Amino acid sequence: MLLEVENLHVYYGAIHALQGLTFHLEEGEIVTLIGANGAGKSTTLNTISGLLRPREGSIRFKGQELTRMRAHDIVRLGVVQVPEGRKIFATLTVSENLDMGAYTRTDPAEIARSRERVFASFPRLEERLNQLGGTLSGGEQQMLAMGRGLMSRPTLLLLDEPSMGLAPILVEEIFSIIQEINSQGTSILLVEQNANMALSIAHRGYVLETGRIVLEGTAQELRDNPQVKKAYLGEA
Amino acid sequence: MNRTLKSLALFLGGIALGVAAAGLFMLFHSSLTPQELEAWDKDGVVPGLVMQAGSIGFGVWFLYLVGWITRSQIRKQAGAGFGKIARSVAGNALMILLGLWFLWRMFIQHPEGVLINPTLFAQYIVDGIRLGFVYALISLGYTMVYGIVRLINFAHGDVFMVGSFTSFYAIKAMRLHLLPAKLFPSLSQWVAITIGTVLVIILSMLVCALLAITIERVAYKPLRNAPRIAALITAISVSFFLEYFSSLPEVFTSNYIIYEQPFKVVSWKILGVQISNVTIIIILVSILFLLLLRWIVYGTKTGKAMRATSWDKPTARLMGIDVDNVITKTFAIGAALAGAGGVLYAIAYPQLIVFMGIMPGLKAFVAAVLGGIGNLTGAFVGSLIMGQAEMLSAGYILTPMRDAIAFTILIIVLLIRPTGIFGEPEGEKA
Repeated sequence: MLLEVENLHVYYGAIHALQGLTFHLEEGEIVTLIGANGAGKSTTLNTISGLLRPREGSIRFKGQELTRMRAHDIVRLGVVQVPEGRKIFATLTVSENLDMGAYTRTDPAEIARSRERVFASFPRLEERLNQLGGTLSGGEQQMLAMGRGLMSRPTLLLLDEPSMGLAPILVEEIFSIIQEINSQGTSILLVEQNANMALSIAHRGYVLETGRIVLEGTAQELRDNPQVKKAYLGEA
Repeated sequence: MNRTLKSLALFLGGIALGVAAAGLFMLFHSSLTPQELEAWDKDGVVPGLVMQAGSIGFGVWFLYLVGWITRSQIRKQAGAGFGKIARSVAGNALMILLGLWFLWRMFIQHPEGVLINPTLFAQYIVDGIRLGFVYALISLGYTMVYGIVRLINFAHGDVFMVGSFTSFYAIKAMRLHLLPAKLFPSLSQWVAITIGTVLVIILSMLVCALLAITIERVAYKPLRNAPRIAALITAISVSFFLEYFSSLPEVFTSNYIIYEQPFKVVSWKILGVQISNVTIIIILVSILFLLLLRWIVYGTKTGKAMRATSWDKPTARLMGIDVDNVITKTFAIGAALAGAGGVLYAIAYPQLIVFMGIMPGLKAFVAAVLGGIGNLTGAFVGSLIMGQAEMLSAGYILTPMRDAIAFTILIIVLLIRPTGIFGEPEGEKA
């Protein structure tokens, strides 16, 4: 098992945001967490990334406990998050944003190779290399955010709402790139409100409701589940 | 940020206006001949009365200004926009009037005005440049620290003071500036003293950097997630602590001490303008450090990490950046620049006291706000403007105005354009 989350409890002050979350992810999988606003999806990712500290529970990556590690050390292990809302460094150029993605790496030749790979996936970034991150369009920013995440050569990529605020065509493009990244060997934990899209590319999925997992199964099982259909896929 | 800055500005501005009013009155008083004075104020009670009336009037003005700003804020929030417009019209009018008055004074009214004595004017400009470059070294530290932790580090001016004192002891007690000459007697004297001075500067920079790292770890880091006003108050306390702790006889001293320059000060007269080697060294060293800083911030990985951290800390952590480490480095770099500034300032104005950091520190802070706090170019340009403003108003208005002008500029900037010359308008953080 690549990632193992067990009985995770996270609080924001008095608010009990995650109430005993348990899930796992195998090497090479795309696993999606779906759920409504406030279900605890981003909280889960931020806890894995070390931005939040759980009060209880454990997160193991390749058997290593992450809950007491600092955020930048977790990145060094290969667990990399592409945060919700892109979070591009607006005052840095596109090129510098990519450099920040490769912050933990030191070999310039390897970094250059990663750059090439990012440009192969997102040719538009190469055209905008010296533009400030803040001047990109929403879709370009999402591409930059993902490219920046890939620059660290992650073993596990945590994607938080990659479709947020994008036009349908761009959403399709982004999702096909996610599949491509996965086929090259990166495992992916995908958090999405757009359950339809997420389940169309994921291998397995979990449904979150107010900090608890209420359903789990393969993507196909979830898509066929009448409850999921009604609540998340917009089908009667 | 704006509200904190604004109330601070009003407070400092109040003091400044008091100083300015007193200064203007003294100007009037001293322009009278003894006979006129006798006839006008037999018992000499008028100055006291004027001072009292002035402070009462000033207090009323201060309360009024506070009320005015609060009202305009309320109006702005209500969406009327009237307060903002009124403020900007009033602010602009005030600034234009002040500017015109100053030009009139500078060119026409002053007995040694620009047209009558252009050499003096050139002298002020040169002195202002020298002062401006020293301010630049201090204000960069303010602006960098503000950019990265949104903290106005009021202890920065005192770190600058520690830099001056360190160099004093390095020269007076350790004879560090003579060390190269002693170790390598074959060196020419000129080279030896240059290396010695560089050693003194480097030692002061190191001491200041270590001091700032300690301050950051002990006083600011525990407050990283506290309300910003708590950190601000802590910064002021750290500043007082450094001043009074340093004035203990066991540490530095509470007296004025005369600074011994590491090299001989020589000055030349070029077209009637006095230019000393100190001025040239200050300008060269400052430019060198500014270029070095630019290279660090824009050319190195650490610099990029600083800018990324300054924009968005959580995301910077997601990139694998050790944010605490970056913040510590920022404090250290800022303090090292202030330390270098402290040595240069002491060489230019060779008299030390533990409170010497307050005024240059505050003025460098004003320079950083004027240029747009958080912006490196802004801090540099703002410092040069402050140097000129100070020298010219000291020269053409009145010596006490050199301090008052700084805070007048602060008030005007915060009223009209709180983001400063190079600052982006707020609220665009996507």
